Amino acid sequence: MPIQYYLFLSMALFCIGIMGTLMRRNAIIILMCIEMMLNAVNLLLVAFSKMYNDPSAQIFVFFIMVVAAAEVAVGLAIIVMMYRKVHSVDINILNRLKH
Amino acid sequence: MGIYEVLFWFLTVMAISCALGVILSRNPVNSVLFLIATFFAVSGHYILLNAQFLAIVNIIVYAGAIMVLFLFVIMLMNLNADTEPQKNRLVQLAGVISGGALFLVVLAAFRTTTVSVLEQSATDIGLIKNLGKTLFTQFVLPFEISSVLFLSAMIGAIVIGKKE
Repeated sequence: MPIQYYLFLSMALFCIGIMGTLMRRNAIIILMCIEMMLNAVNLLLVAFSKMYNDPSAQIFVFFIMVVAAAEVAVGLAIIVMMYRKVHSVDINILNRLKH
Repeated sequence: MGIYEVLFWFLTVMAISCALGVILSRNPVNSVLFLIATFFAVSGHYILLNAQFLAIVNIIVYAGAIMVLFLFVIMLMNLNADTEPQKNRLVQLAGVISGGALFLVVLAAFRTTTVSVLEQSATDIGLIKNLGKTLFTQFVLPFEISSVLFLSAMIGAIVIGKKE
């Protein structure tokens, strides 16, 4: 299987994540699209790890997962706090950080 | 076309169609379920690439923990298709065009490159034994620092989410 196929697959997933981030207004969906972009990068790193027969890339994927878990915990806490204040997850309401 | 190619194309189609489902479905709960399906397809790709440990971790951490957290928050807020805010058509079109333009640029840049073909030999670098040896010899300092990151993220999430 040529490495280009994995490159194009992960690039397609990454671009779908970008489209979702730009298209949607729901803050939770935007966070999910960011997760999808991180996963696309992970897939490409694993493909290159197989290509060079090097475990360092897989360790890097492991650390990306760690950071993603921490990011989601803080991001969802921020979204829950915002929902408690303005009763919406619409990012257009958040265009002014001062309420 | 062997079983490897069939599995590759099946998982590819599944990943891309479920990823499109994430951004196109109006109900946030459906988006979460589509994203879980996408993560399962990516985990299948990891298994095809001989990264068994990462495939299991991907299922446990992403599909198991993170997406359940998303689902829990969405159900806590009682979001559904009726309350879903929609951007106007022009902004949506601009988003699709800019994402598609980036994809076209990368497609054009990498179309003619000649790189090696991944052979389907069974390597054991993705097994937990080898990854653990690498993690605890070469990368032990980043591993310890990531524990501090986790602690600070946990404290931050509790402080932010606490009711005043």
